[in-house]
Amino acid sequence: MKNVTTPPDDLLDAPGDPYAESAGTGILRGILRRRSTIVAGGFLALLVLVAVLAPVIAPYDPNVQNVLQRLRPPGSGHLLGTDDYGRDVLSRLIHSARVSLQAAAQAVAVALVIGLSPGVAAGFRGGWLDAALTRIMDALMSAPSLVLAITIVAVLGPGVTNAMLAVGVIMAPRFFRVSRATTMDVRHETYIEASIALGCGNLRTAVRHILPNVMPPIVLVTSVSLGAAVAAEASLSFLGLGVRPPAASWGSMLSTASSNMGLAPYLVWPPGVMIFLTVLAFTYLGDGVRKGMLRSRSASGKGE
Amino acid sequence: MLRHAGKRLLAAIPLLLVVPLLVFLLIDLAPGDPAVVLAGDNPTPERIAAIQARLGLSDPVVERYARWVGAVLHGDLGKSLMSDQSVMEMIIRRMGATMSLVLFAMVMAVVLGALMAILSSLRPGGVVDRLVNWLASIAIAIPAFWFGLVLASLFAVTYRVFPAFGFVPLSEGIGPWLSHLVLPGVALGLLPAAEVTLQLRSALGQVLTSDYILNARAKGLSRRSVLFKHALKNACVPVVTVFGFRVAEVLAGSVTIEIIYNMPGLGSLAVDSVLSRDIPVLLGFVLFSTSVVVVVNLLVDISYGYFNPKVRA
Repeated sequence: MKNVTTPPDDLLDAPGDPYAESAGTGILRGILRRRSTIVAGGFLALLVLVAVLAPVIAPYDPNVQNVLQRLRPPGSGHLLGTDDYGRDVLSRLIHSARVSLQAAAQAVAVALVIGLSPGVAAGFRGGWLDAALTRIMDALMSAPSLVLAITIVAVLGPGVTNAMLAVGVIMAPRFFRVSRATTMDVRHETYIEASIALGCGNLRTAVRHILPNVMPPIVLVTSVSLGAAVAAEASLSFLGLGVRPPAASWGSMLSTASSNMGLAPYLVWPPGVMIFLTVLAFTYLGDGVRKGMLRSRSASGKGE
Repeated sequence: MLRHAGKRLLAAIPLLLVVPLLVFLLIDLAPGDPAVVLAGDNPTPERIAAIQARLGLSDPVVERYARWVGAVLHGDLGKSLMSDQSVMEMIIRRMGATMSLVLFAMVMAVVLGALMAILSSLRPGGVVDRLVNWLASIAIAIPAFWFGLVLASLFAVTYRVFPAFGFVPLSEGIGPWLSHLVLPGVALGLLPAAEVTLQLRSALGQVLTSDYILNARAKGLSRRSVLFKHALKNACVPVVTVFGFRVAEVLAGSVTIEIIYNMPGLGSLAVDSVLSRDIPVLLGFVLFSTSVVVVVNLLVDISYGYFNPKVRA
């Protein structure tokens, strides 16, 4: 009896995984074909490297104050100048890369956890579960995002972790929608029904057969959301709701720039340009991934 | 049509109730005694007791929430924990600056976005089209508050073209009102303008290749007249949908812009209320911004009927 209901593994899995090894390398090749994607990916890789090596690379301690050197314009000694406490802007910029990237990763991780599995569950089970979850996510989605974030931070107290928890909650509906829609798309495909007919449990079907279909669009949403999270962290830290002083993030550096605009207009540029380039890079990377996926899908469609 | 709108309005009511409920639950779930947390860094026992009494924290959360909803239905948003002023009055007093700013940004988004999209659709794939597409996709990555800082630093501090900070109500003349709005408004409007451009451009691209457009062209209508008389109205449907979402984001973005330009609007009120943990004011702000979003989405829904007669049935 048992032999009948659980056929060999390869029979269960092979048809359920359209993005198996060969298709996967096809996607990668499609993604790498575009130069803008490579530039964006390279920039982000470099940024991660800088963030990891921040203590080694930074010329000064980012938090050491030197009042005699305050508000020095860019020049020798301090490449990007100093801020209102005489701290080296370049060093703070480098250390901020750490805070910003880590914060973005935290927010997206929260969004993934809250969005992905409920999305698959809602798409797979349908019925009341789907209706209830969709309602909640729609409500989250139509509330003004920063307002919701501010509210959550107000209650939990300022700080990067709380702020990113808030941003993650707000971004969760995107992950929910995409995973739910993709799950519903493949829910009634023959190979899914076959795997159920062959005796796969719900969990096994969801994880081994549906999840591989959900992952590619989720990768896209993740990339775009990382960019959005960097921007969100910057706004919240700018408002004083994110990173706690004396630690810096690009957003809090802009807050310093804002209050010293008359004396030190050069402070506005470095953190802003970093936020802009990082958000742009994540957008281009996401775009490249999407186009690469489309290309490999249409190519394999023609091949068959 | 009217029934459709009514249905949407009813569906929106839970949203108005859910977001404040979230605030109540979060206060309840947050670690520690909420009154102590809300009292700030160096609380005196009297202050803690006062907050406890004011927020009725000894009552269960559901009861507190129900009491708040009941008061709101009577037009009472409570009083600020800090200044003892009526929250409703505070919001009304500060609404002008925020609404002017949001209005300026949205008008700019529509006018600039439509202009750019039409320019690029006149010759798809041409130099203008590619330039517009490139500019818009760059503009999308620029954080509004940084753009606001750059504009302020360039045009208000270094070259004093525009007044740097503050806000002048419309009642004191349209000139001063507008000149105080230009910099913050442009900063806030850039992102939605870029999004409208990209959306309308791709929608027009799709519409312009459809059969009825080809038919109109075959009848001998000029490209320009087809674009304005036939294509634009149909291309508006997806754009209007996006526009509805954007209003929420522009409203959120106005918070940082108001802080930069020192405008006495709702954004600065919200940030102050967060930093001082003035929960009644925060709840008022949350309710107000959610209502604006709900109303705008309702208007968007109604506008479908104008753009697409199929919905009217």
